[in-house]
Amino acid sequence: MSEEAGRRPAEHSTQTIYERSVEGRRAFTPPADEVPQVAIEDLLPPEAIRRRPAELPEVSEPEIVRHFNGLSKKNFDLDTGFYPLGSCTMKHNPKLHERVAALPGHARLHPLQDPEYAQGALGLMYRLQVALGEIAGLPHVSLQPSAGSHGELAGLLLTHAYHEDRGEHRHKVLTPDTAHGTNPATVTMAGYEVVKVGTDEHGGVDIDDLRARADEDVACLMLTNPNTLGLFDRNIEEIAEIVHGVGATLYYDGANLNAVMGISRPGDMGFDIVHYNLHKSFTQPHGGGGPGAGPIAVSDRIEPYLPRPQVVRTGSEGNAGEARYGLEEDRPKSIGRMRGFQGNFGVFVRAYAYICSLGGEGLKEASETAVLNANYLRARLGEEDIARYLPIAFDRICMHEFVLSGSGARDELGIKTLDIAKRMLDHEVHPPTVYFPLLVEEALMIEPTETEPKERLDHFAEVVRSILREAEQDPEIARNAPYTTPVRRLDEAGAAKRPVVRQGMGENPGEPRRAATNPAGATGAV
Amino acid sequence: MTESYPEDLKYHAEHDWARIDGEEATFGVTWYAQDALGEVVFYDPPEVGSTVTRDKAYAEVESVKAVSDVFAPLSGEIMAVNESLAQSPESINSDPYGDGWLVRVKLTDTSEVESLLDAAAYRELL
Repeated sequence: MSEEAGRRPAEHSTQTIYERSVEGRRAFTPPADEVPQVAIEDLLPPEAIRRRPAELPEVSEPEIVRHFNGLSKKNFDLDTGFYPLGSCTMKHNPKLHERVAALPGHARLHPLQDPEYAQGALGLMYRLQVALGEIAGLPHVSLQPSAGSHGELAGLLLTHAYHEDRGEHRHKVLTPDTAHGTNPATVTMAGYEVVKVGTDEHGGVDIDDLRARADEDVACLMLTNPNTLGLFDRNIEEIAEIVHGVGATLYYDGANLNAVMGISRPGDMGFDIVHYNLHKSFTQPHGGGGPGAGPIAVSDRIEPYLPRPQVVRTGSEGNAGEARYGLEEDRPKSIGRMRGFQGNFGVFVRAYAYICSLGGEGLKEASETAVLNANYLRARLGEEDIARYLPIAFDRICMHEFVLSGSGARDELGIKTLDIAKRMLDHEVHPPTVYFPLLVEEALMIEPTETEPKERLDHFAEVVRSILREAEQDPEIARNAPYTTPVRRLDEAGAAKRPVVRQGMGENPGEPRRAATNPAGATGAV
Repeated sequence: MTESYPEDLKYHAEHDWARIDGEEATFGVTWYAQDALGEVVFYDPPEVGSTVTRDKAYAEVESVKAVSDVFAPLSGEIMAVNESLAQSPESINSDPYGDGWLVRVKLTDTSEVESLLDAAAYRELL
């Protein structure tokens, strides 16, 4: 690969902007300054002045353009191709949403604007709260949390406030062994102890195990329904009864809401607290690290503890007067702020645009199509010559996603799930989520979403088939994949053990700076 | 290294091994466990002097795939932890029965050893 890279023009290389830097080169030369110069020492106190110049790359304008244009072409995103990353709901983000979010009244709004002069924005947030409350079947919504995991933390802080207010001190939180990694991480962060609950032979919560572990020390059960196996837990009413029976709250991880939106409501299933991933279920460009939003909805008994301020409607109800909106700070039992300002507003705009575009019936149809697409792909990948190597983990009608096990390919072909995932890159499809959930060996977790046409699903099935056929002939091809990407197999262990945390020019241009200590990485999904 | 399960070790169903030496034992994870984990990037050992309980988690290993608990095959008190794994956790992959050992333990009850599996019985589980 390295000799090939030497023959390629720079835009195909993996050079950083610093490695393109040439001393003295400039992109833009401003005209001579007509304003008299004042020494910086006369303007700033000594502690505010840099001791050495900023390490900025020195690159000409066309080279800057080529650098970033080249990076954009290396990116794989949903606008490039199929992206069935399980539990991440990589659905199409309608371009209309970008136009609406970019309107100056939305994009240029200042977070410190007096609410009197931000009525449009507050009105949008209020309406979004009402719509989300209806979708969850829980009336009280806070838009503050800015990611799914952040919503989870808010949920456990609310649970803690609720129990403390009643004089109850509980220290355990139950999570099924199919839970997203963020669930146990959140439990630990909120100061509770994680207690795992097993999975039964149908892929749902093991009711006997739940009964055995549910006691007066338990504060909450965190559940995803449908779960990470893509299966709807049919025993949800019994689960709610057991959890409420010991005085604990029931928390709904909304990562998989895309399967049930408009069809069933967490509030009706008995959940007390729900988080939504607006960046999954409600479009949004995501996968590049955000921004996201993880609003929460809660039942009446949890409402007094919601974060503050709450976006509220202050004007008269009905047609009598103009609606006014404000920020309610006077909430004495509130857990306080979950973040600065009110949240990632652009995400709210897109989510609201999505809800208004589709309407209730449209959201329901989107969920139905997501489930249909997942089951079609499940059936295609269940064809004998694929399923013998990649058996489905729990053979049931699935919801919006399903999980295959790579155990057959490992045992019979000598290739691992990782090899299959890497080989998919050469076929220009994004691999599904791999090695999760942990209870399935060599797992591949596939979520096609409702926005993919049948041809894409068929193509993906054929890609999987061709990788397996090829491995029957020569497993080395998959083991050494990918071949067509800018970089081949990455040193993932090295990246975790010796992370390069920043790169600058310094004394040795291009010399990476490594972290001094070995951080224990996070385990959660996005 | 290739798949192996030495005859002189005792095994726990959670894919841990114990090398019994009178009233002391050394613990580690099996070849199967390290292969399933993938490349190990971090080992979080227990404190020397702390107690471990049979069938309970006593340490964590982090691989490029996930963070996993390590279960104690026997009960006892930690006498030593493998300090070299802080610098080279990959020894757990390259030499799980040698340089990749995890802890050395003073056993509470040597009769617990009878609950462990021999190499043949452990292989049956895989």
